[in-house]
Amino acid sequence: MDAVAAAAALSQKNLLGIADLSPEEIVLILDTAEAMKEVGRRAIKKVPTLRGRTVVNLFFEPSTRTRTSFEIAEKRLSADTLNVAIGTSSVVKGETLVDTAMNIEAMSPSMIVLRHGSSGACHLLARICKAAIINAGDGMHEHPTQALLDAFTIRERKGRIGGLKVAIFGDLLHSRVLRSNLLLLTKLGAEVWVCGPATLIPPGLARLGVRVTTRVDEAVEGADVVMMLRIQLERMEGGYFPSLREYFTTFGMTEARLKRARPDVIIMHPGPINRGVEIASEVADGPFSVILDQVSNGVAVRMAVLYLLAGGAEDETVA
Amino acid sequence: MPVVMDADRIARALTRIAHEILEHNHGIAGVALVGVRSRGVPLARRIAATLGSVSGEEVPTGALDITLYRDDLMRAAVGPQPLVRKTEIPFSIDNRTIVLVDDVLYTGRTTRAALDALIDFGRPKAIQLVVLVDRGHRELPIKADYVGKNVPTSRKESVRVRLQEIDGVDEVTVEAVE
Repeated sequence: MDAVAAAAALSQKNLLGIADLSPEEIVLILDTAEAMKEVGRRAIKKVPTLRGRTVVNLFFEPSTRTRTSFEIAEKRLSADTLNVAIGTSSVVKGETLVDTAMNIEAMSPSMIVLRHGSSGACHLLARICKAAIINAGDGMHEHPTQALLDAFTIRERKGRIGGLKVAIFGDLLHSRVLRSNLLLLTKLGAEVWVCGPATLIPPGLARLGVRVTTRVDEAVEGADVVMMLRIQLERMEGGYFPSLREYFTTFGMTEARLKRARPDVIIMHPGPINRGVEIASEVADGPFSVILDQVSNGVAVRMAVLYLLAGGAEDETVA
Repeated sequence: MPVVMDADRIARALTRIAHEILEHNHGIAGVALVGVRSRGVPLARRIAATLGSVSGEEVPTGALDITLYRDDLMRAAVGPQPLVRKTEIPFSIDNRTIVLVDDVLYTGRTTRAALDALIDFGRPKAIQLVVLVDRGHRELPIKADYVGKNVPTSRKESVRVRLQEIDGVDEVTVEAVE
């Protein structure tokens, strides 16, 4: 395990981003998630911890994995859960985020899990809501629980995070998963490489303490972890590269390219995967892939976050 | 800081309890031990070792973390959530006699949580309770089947159990709390 000792508690009532967490707090979440994972292996996968607490899942962007994962985590902790999806909500009648949130807040939920297309939407809610806010992805900003479950998966397979070479490939410009992962992995001392087409590399990326390259071979060389990001087809109208086929030819992860990585490399992907765009099917389904482990671990990590943020008496959860 | 049990006294109490478990259950067939984290776990292992050497059979032993079942989790004044650790029960508890092991029996609330946690794992034939120290002041109708030592205390005192495996020393002390 890493040398960093776990913190005794989280210092904030919200989880808005990895940026707000200390290395010790990250380790606390990961350690707690290990205990939560055991609950998922029982015949009765449920504990009474959050009985009487209401958690609202407020999703303004489509999501299958994250929303399902949060909902299962909430149910395993016995919270009452409620899903609000935009298609069926008053948002289609023109209600603003703040009005929607204030109306939900008036029904006194304990926590709100928010996915929103605008960066900083969670910070806005955190300022006006008494409920604890958990960021389930905001625009191009952060997706903290994804980075935490990635870290959990790496630690489970490798026993540590510090000192590992982690190479991340794909859309470095729009990805909130990338941002949260960079913050987390560098906080825990990993050597992080990022690689993608020059058009998808934001200026100043190297200032986050990572190595930036456009050459796949250089990034893969000796990597302990290869993390593929999704090419977000909905954000690719800008002509960042000529065609998906060309992208795959230059940047797609194939068995041949992986030969340069360490023999015990693990392949990660936050999903949903675009087969034949960023990753070849043989790699996604191959022996090094831990993509489905990431999904199972997501539930345990989200249980840990829900548990750790639920501390204190109901009336006193005001910041 | 009066020491109410030293290393010898603890060892003798655990040996006696092991023999009482054998006598009470007519052997160890179908018996398994589950220690309540933290200090119930090494106590359970020590009792299991004695049971094993007396009977020649290995007794299944597990560890139970009751944090997620506590009744004060959401009531405490704003404070850190207690650390959750792993529950490890690597055997089926169905139709077994489960001997639950804890260090101190006080209000009975930990034992209540442990019973709930255990029952989520299956349907044991019976559950029995071992405690190293019973300090009184029960708030729930719970009673231990095997007791290392009864220590009358006041609510203003706290009973500290230290064990070699965790604290580097075997002793039980009664300390005044402000």
